[in-house]
Amino acid sequence: MTETVTLGKALNHGLRRALENDPKVLIMGEDVGKLGGVFRITDGLQKDFGENRVIDTPLAESGIIGTAIGLAIRGYRPVCEIQFDGFVFPAFDQIVSQVSKMHYRSLGKVRLPIVIRIPFGGGIGAVEHHSESPEAYFSHTPGLKVVSCSNPSDAYHMIQQSIVSDDPVVFFEPKRRYWEKGPVDLAGTPDLPLHTARVVQEGTDATVVAYGPMVRTALEAAQAAAEDGRRIEVIDLRTLSPLDLGPVHESVRKTGRCVVVHEAPGNLGLGAEVAARVTEECFYSLEAPVLRVTGFDVPYPAARVEEEYLPDLDRVLDAVDRSFGW
Amino acid sequence: MANGESEVGADAPAGGFVQLLTPDGERVDSVTTDGGVTYSVDFTDDEYRELYRDLVTVRRLDAEATALQRQGELGIWASLLGQEAAQVGSGRALRPQDMAFPTYREHGVLYTRGIDPIMPFGLFRGVDQGGWDPNEFKFNTYTIVIGAQTLHATGYAMGVTMDGKTGNPDGEAVIAYFGDGATSQGDVNEAFVWSGVFNAPIVFFCQNNQYAISEPLERQTRIPLYRRADGYGFPGVRIDGNDVLASYAVTRAALDHARNGEGPTLIEAYTYRMGAHTSSDDPTRYRIASEVESWKAKDPISRLRTFLAKQQLADDTFFAEVDETARTVALDLRERVLAMPDPQPVTMFDNVYPEGSPELDAQRAAFARYQASFEGSAH
Repeated sequence: MTETVTLGKALNHGLRRALENDPKVLIMGEDVGKLGGVFRITDGLQKDFGENRVIDTPLAESGIIGTAIGLAIRGYRPVCEIQFDGFVFPAFDQIVSQVSKMHYRSLGKVRLPIVIRIPFGGGIGAVEHHSESPEAYFSHTPGLKVVSCSNPSDAYHMIQQSIVSDDPVVFFEPKRRYWEKGPVDLAGTPDLPLHTARVVQEGTDATVVAYGPMVRTALEAAQAAAEDGRRIEVIDLRTLSPLDLGPVHESVRKTGRCVVVHEAPGNLGLGAEVAARVTEECFYSLEAPVLRVTGFDVPYPAARVEEEYLPDLDRVLDAVDRSFGW
Repeated sequence: MANGESEVGADAPAGGFVQLLTPDGERVDSVTTDGGVTYSVDFTDDEYRELYRDLVTVRRLDAEATALQRQGELGIWASLLGQEAAQVGSGRALRPQDMAFPTYREHGVLYTRGIDPIMPFGLFRGVDQGGWDPNEFKFNTYTIVIGAQTLHATGYAMGVTMDGKTGNPDGEAVIAYFGDGATSQGDVNEAFVWSGVFNAPIVFFCQNNQYAISEPLERQTRIPLYRRADGYGFPGVRIDGNDVLASYAVTRAALDHARNGEGPTLIEAYTYRMGAHTSSDDPTRYRIASEVESWKAKDPISRLRTFLAKQQLADDTFFAEVDETARTVALDLRERVLAMPDPQPVTMFDNVYPEGSPELDAQRAAFARYQASFEGSAH
């Protein structure tokens, strides 16, 4: 039953299956009902599951997450949509002070199986607050789990795995890849547990680590490098908290070179953590320092220059070159 | 205006409040608000006496906690002194199936739920961060971030509706506690919007104790707080927060209104924080002694005692027995607080994630090894 669908449609299928499988699953957010969400990820779900399962909320992000907490205490499994990355901050307190700490505060007696879906990243020519990558804030917060999908098949399975999980999960969706197509086995089961990284392309000469929208960029860079005779191993982190760096360490011990790629600003980003950990674990295997290719330490710039801000194939290849030139 | 002025409301703020027991211990049979709602209580003699016992007991427990803090046995204590009537009245108005979402000061409500009063002391002693199951006690964990719990209560109340537990007299209702300062928080205003829009079965119980740490009410609002409800489309009513009967009657009516599927109510309990915000606060820096004295004359316990004595519902033997029993309960609490063991450091790694984390497991193991390396040494 493998179909070729877009990443956005794969999420829609995954949400539909989650709603079918468990009557306690709810979808809530701004415009998720009749409109189907601004990106149509929840398209048709309210029509089929009703206004009590797919809830159009008032326009208040803290309210979305705060009421989801109460619903979860009551036994529901809310899947909250934050409309855009830059709009999550009104809910920041509820996420980092309440969602993340309730299980700890209650000595394990309360579980908050809440999923917070956030379309993130740039590349869509948007105005301010619509292109950000805030994943490090949440990955830095104990008590939250953070994941990001990069392709339709993972999108389909990871959203369902996140909903089934009793942990609160912040689910970052690569919004500029919503329209990219790939095969999804709609009747299948996931081939990996949720919190695992995946080697998406094997190679022997250098390791490129990415997640979300940058996985495709990394794969394109690997393809270009192959034309120069360099075989790049590409790893899709998939889980940002906890990190699953076993496959990265294994890869770097083989290649001796590591480049980490993300859209978010470099300063104290996921790349810094990956670099530190790879250095600790693979010190004697490294032929060069771990390098980072990231967004710059500026507010997300105006759309007309975002192509220069975002890591692309050339910047990844440049970093690979620098690694070889060390 | 949806508020009623009591017949003997010389002590009432402008605009009045619902009062069923005056500071002089006089009963007011019933109060009908301008909105046409009549409030009254119909207690037996025993029930009046037990309310008095509740008030005395929670005040005595509170005094014990303040002493424990001063003796270095608690890191901090948030005293309820002066707010006993608001808490006991509203707490006793809850039915067993109702759910309460407290701040960090609702020790009196906790007591009325039949919960062992030691339950929050792990938090204040610093041995845990709370640690109870909200669903077991129908009493959420204490919430310290101001106003955050009003949204949790609203979501929970939405769940009550989804579960089909409203619309009948045996239904469930939810009560959210917060203070005057919290009414400035976005979360509280969002909770008002949501509960109105979704017709949630919830009572917002605001203890207006006149101060948010040092800031007086005038820094939070330019209209009486209960009138905020108008803007959100549900009733608001102000009560004499030092009158346990008014607190009971109005909360009971609002909870029944909610459980019947008629939506939210905002109750402003007009009261006074007789002590400091917490044991770390110094109220002499921001309020004058005469103000505190004027509120002493409105004490919630002495008015009920006067009433009981005047009506010959209780005598000195009864009052002495209540005091002695409360003292015994407080001393028992003290002993058990002192016996609370410090947690093992490695337990800080427990209960971060329901489903665990391999990274955290590795950190815990490394920490355990590090600690073990000092065993047998002088460290």
